[in-house]
Amino acid sequence: MLHTNTITSMSNIDALPLQVNNLHITKNGNALLNDLTLTIESNDITVILGPNGAGKSLLLRTAHGLELPNQGTLRWNATTPKPQNAWRAYIFQKPVLLRRSVRANLEYVLSLHGIDKTNYPSLIDAALEHTGLSQLAERNARVLSGGEQQRLNIARAWVLKPNVILLDEPTAELDPNGTASIEHLIKTIAQEGTKVVMSTHDLGQAHRLANDILFLHQGKLVEHTSAKVFFEKPQSQTAQNFIAGKLLNGD
Amino acid sequence: MVLVLNDFSQAFSKAFQLIFHLDPALLEIIGLSLRVSMTAVLIASIIGLPLGAALALYKFYGRGLVVALLNAFMGLPPVVVGLVVYLMLSRSGPFGVLGLLFTPTAMIIAQVCLITPIIAALTRQTILDANVEYYEQLRALGAKASRMMKTLLWETRFSLLTGVFAGFGRAIAEVGAVLIVGGNINHATRVMTTAIALETRKGDIELALALGIILIAISLIVTSIVMSARHAAYQHHN
Repeated sequence: MLHTNTITSMSNIDALPLQVNNLHITKNGNALLNDLTLTIESNDITVILGPNGAGKSLLLRTAHGLELPNQGTLRWNATTPKPQNAWRAYIFQKPVLLRRSVRANLEYVLSLHGIDKTNYPSLIDAALEHTGLSQLAERNARVLSGGEQQRLNIARAWVLKPNVILLDEPTAELDPNGTASIEHLIKTIAQEGTKVVMSTHDLGQAHRLANDILFLHQGKLVEHTSAKVFFEKPQSQTAQNFIAGKLLNGD
Repeated sequence: MVLVLNDFSQAFSKAFQLIFHLDPALLEIIGLSLRVSMTAVLIASIIGLPLGAALALYKFYGRGLVVALLNAFMGLPPVVVGLVVYLMLSRSGPFGVLGLLFTPTAMIIAQVCLITPIIAALTRQTILDANVEYYEQLRALGAKASRMMKTLLWETRFSLLTGVFAGFGRAIAEVGAVLIVGGNINHATRVMTTAIALETRKGDIELALALGIILIAISLIVTSIVMSARHAAYQHHN
């Protein structure tokens, strides 16, 4: 079973599979996620791809327990996610950092999950080193550049050594340099054994990072295939059009 | 017109005389003014900051009514507050046995009643605004409601200081409440505002104006000290 307050208790075998069954999310009468069923078992990078409004963020939010299904289920290894779970972290497109030092931002996250204070220095130093922020540890978080802020955002997730990291369009607001460093970080995270699920509308990014692709369009799952198959022989007309750079019409 | 200008120039020279001679009676009055109002601000902040934050973040039955009352109480007439506190503390009142009427403590109680709504209402608005930015992020990080409240209070500390100072300004400047519950007793409960009222009534306009000038100067000094401290801290953090 999952433990919410210990950070090393769960191996990835425990977090996966992610099982989504007949998931519906409706708001104001609009079906924003419409009957999604899928299973993710592989411990690498899954990219949720699709145009704006496809339901990518909503699916990620549901996977972190920030949204509740109107119908159907989403479970990590038979467990319904709650935002308090320390084994899983969520990265927003635009980070909201606290008005305190980089280090204090990381201490805050550890304190939220009741981590023993004697472990703070080693956990924080490791996260800072991984994200290249060691030199900026005492700097105020709010004065960092956009790219540095997003790296701190990722450090804030990483410091808990989560089994799963969910990222919602993590580079949408960054320049090419910032994007490259975040993509590099995401690859490192995956290589070290953390399951990554991220959304993007950027085909190039999906191509560079994805092991498998969930292609959403208008709240429906159009394709779930390996990245190789998706880019070489997309099964659906919608995906073919998307890859070809055509505007997608409503059904 | 000439007469008024003359009054003012004489009042300024009187004010400087009083200050430079460190008039002991004046120092006593200034000291009590500051002690009463600063203590009141401290207590009102201890109550008002968490109260305002809780009203912003927790939903409960009757919250709308509490918020409406709080906003209405921001403009409470000091004399009415003084009168109510007077009735509570008078011999026959429910807290009469404490013997607090006509003491600085009674003045502090009255000022706390006056300014707690101001601090709480301004805190509520500040926290509401900040919550729009922080809520999703803190929730995704796994923060529970009580922790969110503490975090938001700390994150908005520079803005909250403005509300606390609005409270201080009202406390140090009001005369109605402290006059009724304090009684303006020389060497006991006389503060700047009650002394000004007294000297005006006695006809010593010059002294009254001099005291008024000093009162304004003190408010300016206290406010600028805190604002520059706030500015320095803000620079450090942003």
